[in-house]
Amino acid sequence: MASAARKYSVLLPTYNERENLPLVVWLPVRSFEESGNEFEIIIIDDGSPDGTQEVAEQLIKIYGSDKILLRPRAKKLGLGTAYIHGMKHATGNFIIIMDADLSHHPKFIPEFIKTQKEGSFDIVSGTRYKGNGGVHGWDLKRKLISRGANFLTQVLLRPGASDLTGSFRLYRKEVLQKLMEKCVSKGYVFQMEMIVRARQLGYSIGEVPISFVDRVYGESKLGGNEIVSFLKGLLTLFATT
Amino acid sequence: MTKLLQWLGSLALLGGIWAALMLDLVGLHAFSPSWYQVLWALPTYLLVTLGCYSLGVVGYRLATFNDCQAASLELQAQIREARADLARRGMKF
Ligand SMILES: Nc1nc2c(ncn2[C@@H]2O[C@H](COP(=O)(O)OP(=O)(O)OP(=O)(O)O)[C@@H](O)[C@H]2O)c(=O)[nH]1
Ligand SMILES: [Mg+2]
Repeated sequence: MASAARKYSVLLPTYNERENLPLVVWLPVRSFEESGNEFEIIIIDDGSPDGTQEVAEQLIKIYGSDKILLRPRAKKLGLGTAYIHGMKHATGNFIIIMDADLSHHPKFIPEFIKTQKEGSFDIVSGTRYKGNGGVHGWDLKRKLISRGANFLTQVLLRPGASDLTGSFRLYRKEVLQKLMEKCVSKGYVFQMEMIVRARQLGYSIGEVPISFVDRVYGESKLGGNEIVSFLKGLLTLFATT
Repeated sequence: MTKLLQWLGSLALLGGIWAALMLDLVGLHAFSPSWYQVLWALPTYLLVTLGCYSLGVVGYRLATFNDCQAASLELQAQIREARADLARRGMKF
C-alpha cells in the first residue's frame, strides 16, 4: 500500500515536572531512534514555577528543535486545553498522549504503534486492567477504588475498552481533533468521554496492556474530590450518551 | 438511545413480565400458591445474586491486580542510565 509516511507526535503536558522531563524525553527518543520511526515531542508547559521550561530548553539544545518542541502557555490552564494547544503545533499524522511523570513508560510506545498498524485502529489505548497490565506503588485502598470504579463503568457504559480513565493513548490526528471538539468534561471524566464518543462515532479502538508505576518525583496535581467528580461524570455520561 | 434509557427500558420490560405473572394477567391459572411465593421473592433473589456477583468480580480482580514490581525496578535503572547519558551530553540537572 502506498501510504503516506507515518510521523508520531508525542504530546507531553507538564506542570512542575522538572525532575521527570529529561527522562520522559530521553526514553522515547532512544526507542524512536532505534525503530527509525519519524517523531517529534511537544512539551506543553503551563508556566511551571519549578523551572521545567529551562530543562526543556536544555533538551532542545541536545536533541534539536525539530525533535523537541516547547510550546508553553502563560499559566496553568488544565490538561484538556493543553492537549488542544499541543495538537495545533503537531505535524505528525499520529498523536501519542502520555503523562510526563514517568507513570507512563515510553517503552510501550512501540507496542502502541505495532498494535495500531496490525489492526489499523483509529485509537490505541493503554490498559492497566488486562493481560500483563497493572500498577505499582498503589495501596490496597487505591486498588479497590480503581477496580470498583472500573467495574461500575463497565456495567453502566459498556464502552468496549477496559481502561477508560487512563491517559496513555495513541490517536490518528484527525480522530483526536474530532473528539476534542465533542468532549466537554474535565479530569478523569474527559478521558472516559473520549472513548465513549469514539465508540459513538464508530472509531475502532485497540488496546495495549501497560504497567503504571506511580510517580517517583513531584506531586500529584489531581486530588481533592476525585471520587465525587468521577461519579458525577460517570452518571452524566450514563444519562446523556 | 442513552444508556439510561436502555436500562429503564429493560427494567420496565422485566418488571412488566413479572407483574403480569404475579397478577395472572395472562390467565394461565396453572400455578400453585407456592409458585407465587417463589415469584414474589424473585426480584429480591436477583438483586442479592447480582450484588454478590459484583462483589465477587471486584474482589477477584482486586486480588489478581498485577503489581508491577519489575517495571518499577527497570525504571529505576533506566533513570540512572538516562541521567548519566544526558549529563555526558551537557545537561545540567
Ligand atoms: N500543561 C499542563 N499540564 C498539566 C496540568 N495538570 C497536570 N498536568 C500534567 O499532566 C500529567 C498528569 O498529571 P498528574 O498530576 O500526574 O495527574 P495524575 O496522573 O492523575 O495523578 P498522579 O500521577 O497520581 O500524581 C502530568 O504530566 C502533569 O505534569 C496543567 O494544568 N497544565
Ligand atoms: Mg500521574
